[in-house]
Amino acid sequence: MSGESTYVPKNAVAKWFESRLPVLGLAHSSFVVFPNPRNLNYWWTFGGILAFLLVSQIITGVVLAMHYTPESTLAFDSVERIMRDVNFGWLMRYWHANGASMFFIGLYVHILRGMYYGSYKAPREVLWLLGFIIYLLSMATAFMGYVLPWGQMSFWGATVITSLFSAIPVVGDAITTWLWGGYSVDNATLNRFFALHYLLPFMIVGVVGLHIWALHVPGSNNPIGIEPKSAKDTLPFHPYFTVKDGFALTLFLIFYAWFVFYIPNYLGHADNYIEANPLVTPPHIVPEWYYLPFYAILRSVPSKLGGFLAMFGAVLIVAVLPWLDSSKVKSAVYRPLFRIFFWIFVVDAVLLGYIGSQPPEGGAVIAGRLLTAYYFIHFLVILPLLSRFEPTRPLPASISDAVLGDSAKAEPALASH
Amino acid sequence: MTLASKFAAGAGAAFFGALALTFAVSATSVRAEDKPAAAGEAAAEAHPHPHRQPWSFAGPFGKFDRAQLQRGYQVYKEVCSACHSMRLVAFRDLEENSGPAFSESQVKALAATFKVKDGPNEAGEMFERPGRPSDAFPSPFPNPQAARAALGAIPPDMSVLAKARDLHSGFPGFVIDAFTQYQEGGPDYIYALLNGYTKPDDPNFNAIFPGQHIAMPPPLSDGLVDYTDGAPKTTPQYAKDVTAFLMWAAEPKLEARKSLGFAVIIYLAVFAGLLYTIKKRLWAKVPH
Repeated sequence: MSGESTYVPKNAVAKWFESRLPVLGLAHSSFVVFPNPRNLNYWWTFGGILAFLLVSQIITGVVLAMHYTPESTLAFDSVERIMRDVNFGWLMRYWHANGASMFFIGLYVHILRGMYYGSYKAPREVLWLLGFIIYLLSMATAFMGYVLPWGQMSFWGATVITSLFSAIPVVGDAITTWLWGGYSVDNATLNRFFALHYLLPFMIVGVVGLHIWALHVPGSNNPIGIEPKSAKDTLPFHPYFTVKDGFALTLFLIFYAWFVFYIPNYLGHADNYIEANPLVTPPHIVPEWYYLPFYAILRSVPSKLGGFLAMFGAVLIVAVLPWLDSSKVKSAVYRPLFRIFFWIFVVDAVLLGYIGSQPPEGGAVIAGRLLTAYYFIHFLVILPLLSRFEPTRPLPASISDAVLGDSAKAEPALASH
Repeated sequence: MTLASKFAAGAGAAFFGALALTFAVSATSVRAEDKPAAAGEAAAEAHPHPHRQPWSFAGPFGKFDRAQLQRGYQVYKEVCSACHSMRLVAFRDLEENSGPAFSESQVKALAATFKVKDGPNEAGEMFERPGRPSDAFPSPFPNPQAARAALGAIPPDMSVLAKARDLHSGFPGFVIDAFTQYQEGGPDYIYALLNGYTKPDDPNFNAIFPGQHIAMPPPLSDGLVDYTDGAPKTTPQYAKDVTAFLMWAAEPKLEARKSLGFAVIIYLAVFAGLLYTIKKRLWAKVPH
C-alpha cells in the first residue's frame, strides 16, 4: 500500500491471477517487503497480537454459536451443555471468555503505547480515530457477549448499563425501552444482543482493514518518533518483523493459556454461575474488569445524567487526543515532563479501576472523585499546557543515526529496545 | 534533571501521597464496617474467615480423589438431594474416569434408585419410571415455588454451586492468587459454611453465611452417613467429601483441562525458545 508493488509472480497461475486481481501483490507489499522502522521495540508487537486474538475470538465464537441457545429460559443451560457435553466445549468457552480479557489487555497496551510514543500525531490522526472506533466496537461487543451466558451478572450488568440511557432528558425512557425491546431486560434483549454480538466482530474486522490501510500510508511510528528518511532507517516486514511478532505472540499465548487452563474463572465473577433472576439483585453489581475505570467515573458523579456524560466523555476524550496534545515532538523519550505525567495518568487509570471494583462508600467515593477529576485534568489541562511550555530534548537526525550511535549521544539506549 | 522535571516529580509525589492517604481512609472505613458483624457475635470469632483447604484438585497437577468423590456422592444422595436439585448433571457422568468413576453396572443401579418423570406415553399420560444412566438428576421439587412452600426458602441448584460461590481475597491477595492459581474459593466457602453452625441452640445461625442467618438447618452430623471404606464418619469429613463432589459436578472437565494446559504451555515454551533463537540470529546482522 505504500507505493507500487514490487511483486513479480513466479508461476503462470499466479501471473494469470495477479493480472486480474492484484491481491497477491497487495499482500506482498503490505506484509513482506513493507518497510518498518528498524528500531521498533516489543511494545509494537501488540498490533499483530490483537489481529490474532480477533481471528481466534471469531473462530471460537462461531463454534460456540453452533451450540448456544439465545433464549432466556435455555441460554444458561445451553452454556453448561457446552461445558459438559460438547467435545472440547469447555476449551472453546474458556478460550473465548478469557479471550475477551486478553483482547482488552492487548488493546490497552496498544493504546498506551500509542500515547507514550505520540503515535496519534500527524500524519496518523485518522489511524488513531480508526483505532478508537475499534475500541468502541470492542467494548460494545464484549458487553453484549457477557450478557449471553444469562447469569446474574449478565442480567444485572445489562440492566445497570442499559438503564443509563434513561438519564437522557425527554427521550431517555423511550430509548431504554427500544434497546430492551420491552420494559425490562428480557428474552427480546438477549436475542438482539446475541445477533449484535455475532455481527459486531465482523464490523471490527472491516475497521481493522481500514486501520492497517491507514497505517501503511505513513508507516509505523517508532520509539524515537521521527519519520524514516532513507532506506537505512527501515527493515522489510518479512522476515524481521514476522519472526519478532511471532515470538512476542507466542509469549503472549503462554500468558493466555495460563488463564484458560489454570485459572479460567479468575477474571469472571462467581455470581455469573447463578442463572439470571430478575427478582434477586446481587449485593454488588460489578462489570468486567476492562470497564472498571469508566464505571468508577460513572459512580463518582452524584447525578445520573452527570455520571452518564462523564463516563461517555471519559471514553470519547481519547479520540480527540491528537488535537489536545499539539507538541511537535512525538515520543515521550524526548519529552521529560510528558513522560512523568504519562505514568501518573496510567496509575490514575489503574486506581480508578480498583475503585470501580469496590462498593461506593466512604473513602472510595472521595478517592474516585479525585481520580476522576485528575483523569479529565490530564487531557484538558496538562496535555495542552505541556505541548505549549514543555522544554523538549534535541531529536537525533534520523533513526539510523540514533541506532548506529556515532552522532546521537542523546538516547540510543532508550530508543532501541 | 531540569528544574521543571523536578517540579513535576514533586507534584507527582504529592499527588500519590494524597491518594495513599485516601486509600488508607477508605480501607479503615470498610474495616470498621465489617467489625460489628464479625466481633458482635461471640461465635463468629471462632470462624473469623474461611480457611483455605488443601484440596486434591488444586494447583497445576490437581486431580480429583476418586474415593472422595464416591463418598461425596453418597453424602449428596443421602443428605443434600432431599432438597437440592442438580439438574445439569447426568447419572452417566458418574462413570467418567476423571470423576467418581463408578462402574457401568453401579451407575445403572444407582440411577434406578431415583424416580424419573417421563412421558407422555401412548395414552397421553405422564408416568414415573426408574432412572437410567442417560437421565439428569431429577429435582426434588417440581418448581422453585413448591420448594419455598415446603422449606421456606429456595435451595440453590447444586450443578455449578462450587463455582457460583467465592471468597474475596482483596488487595493484594487477588494478585497473588493469579500466580498461585487459587481457584478454590467456592469449595473453601462451602466447606466453611457446612462447618459454620457454631451455635448449638440456634439451627439457623451460620458464621459464614452472609448475614449469619441461613434457612438451612445443619445438614450434617457425626455418624449421619454410613461410609463403607473406613473414612471417618465425622461432620468435617462429610463436608470435605461432599464439597469435593460438588466441585467435580461444577467442573467435570477439570483434569482434562489441567493436563492439556500443561502440554500446551510446554509446547508454546519450546516454540518460543526456537523463535527466539531465530530472531536473535536474524537480527544480529542488523543494528537496531
